[in-house]
Amino acid sequence: MGMDKDMDLIDEDGLRLDGRKFDELREINIEAGILKRADGSAYLTWGKNKVMAAVYGPRELHPRHAQDPSKAVVQARYNMASFSVPDRKRPGPDRRSVEISKLMSEALEEIVFVEQFPRSAVDVFVEILEASAGTRCAAITAASVALADAGIPMSDMIASCASGKIDGHVVLDLGKNEDNFGEADVPVAIVPRTGKITLLQMDGNLTIEEYEEAMELAINACHEIYDIQREALKKRYSTSIDSYEDLEEV
Amino acid sequence: MSEDKEVKKRELLLPGDVIEEEDVKPGRGTFMKDKKIYASKLGVKTFRAGYVNVAAQSGRYDPKRGDKVIGTVTDVNSSIWMIDLNAPFPAVLHVNDVPWRVEFGDTASYIDVGDAVLVKISNVDELKKVQVTMDEEGLRKLNSGQIIEIAPSQVPRVIGRKGSMITMLKGYTGCRIFVGQNGRIWIDGDIQGQYLAVKAIKMIEEKAQALGLTNAVEEFLKKETGKDLDLEE
Repeated sequence: MGMDKDMDLIDEDGLRLDGRKFDELREINIEAGILKRADGSAYLTWGKNKVMAAVYGPRELHPRHAQDPSKAVVQARYNMASFSVPDRKRPGPDRRSVEISKLMSEALEEIVFVEQFPRSAVDVFVEILEASAGTRCAAITAASVALADAGIPMSDMIASCASGKIDGHVVLDLGKNEDNFGEADVPVAIVPRTGKITLLQMDGNLTIEEYEEAMELAINACHEIYDIQREALKKRYSTSIDSYEDLEEV
Repeated sequence: MSEDKEVKKRELLLPGDVIEEEDVKPGRGTFMKDKKIYASKLGVKTFRAGYVNVAAQSGRYDPKRGDKVIGTVTDVNSSIWMIDLNAPFPAVLHVNDVPWRVEFGDTASYIDVGDAVLVKISNVDELKKVQVTMDEEGLRKLNSGQIIEIAPSQVPRVIGRKGSMITMLKGYTGCRIFVGQNGRIWIDGDIQGQYLAVKAIKMIEEKAQALGLTNAVEEFLKKETGKDLDLEE
């Protein structure tokens, strides 16, 4: 963060390094149901990020002492592939991925009806195949599509996006250099239907006014992302609905 | 076979979508909040007895009382068998719920670990403890044949409208077939028939969305067997 001015992040036209405006997202694509053996899955590309999410369960939780007799445990695992960054990442969980796994579990547990599945576990695996800033938001966004694809009862989906501050301006969805050389990064995840916030972090410093502006940008973007998530699921299931009329109601 | 029946498009509901209906109670796959009914699963809405349900399009088997399912035995002790139903919860088969008189401690000589059983779910309590029974006509240990698995959401398709698909499969392959509600299918018969049945079921699973699926499967079975059965009665 903030190595004084070694890079201009905003050009004279007021555009960012990749030509985006301040409130513009990178391109996001989501495909649901890509893994045959998983109960639910999703593949997401977000700018240069490539993320794959798989959901298994609800299923019996082992070891048994980890079971909760009143509800299901949501176990998310965030993992970066060794080839996901320019310099090889040492494989395996590290301080950062353990943190992200934990906050993903907590964010997702908020929407899943965990009390319907006592003693069981919902396993969410997110693999970061290519990373370029904003992977935790990408991971949560993909994971919630995979959860819906897995047919797990939930109150809504979660959409997530980051905003931040570069060269003194509050902007949406930081890219890699913006993240490295910018002044602040604020990842946010919300439940779009209720507006509830399930993830909020801040790296760097913002004034209260800047913070409020950043939040507004991120929350608006989350609603945009929510629409992309819904489209992905509709695309996957629309064909199977067409012939539903043929069937006996069970 | 009336093809003229108007196929009205059903809307796909996603978790959190509002179900705008009057005078209905929230049923399976839904939840209620602030006097509004929402879908909790990805699926389509159906109505039954004053309830609005969301029929899930994917997901694991959710044990329901009265369902006939195929389970495998995972553990045996002196008075119960533990049964895996491919559900989030294990099921219990008590010695009192089998058609035999079992001496205490003699459980494993009747059904042992690894055996497949055709059972009915007799109870699912609030804590999701699942109990199954075998003490009813048609329920038994499955000694021969093979078991294949499909997604539980595809079970209605393999059965077909009023059992049309399953009747056809049985007729053409000459196999005994039982479709458990948990997505496990037991097939028994001569090896050719079994092979054909498995192939046809795989076809149903893959092409589930194709219109006129029943006809497509019938064509396939006719071609493979060289038979032409009239199953209209």
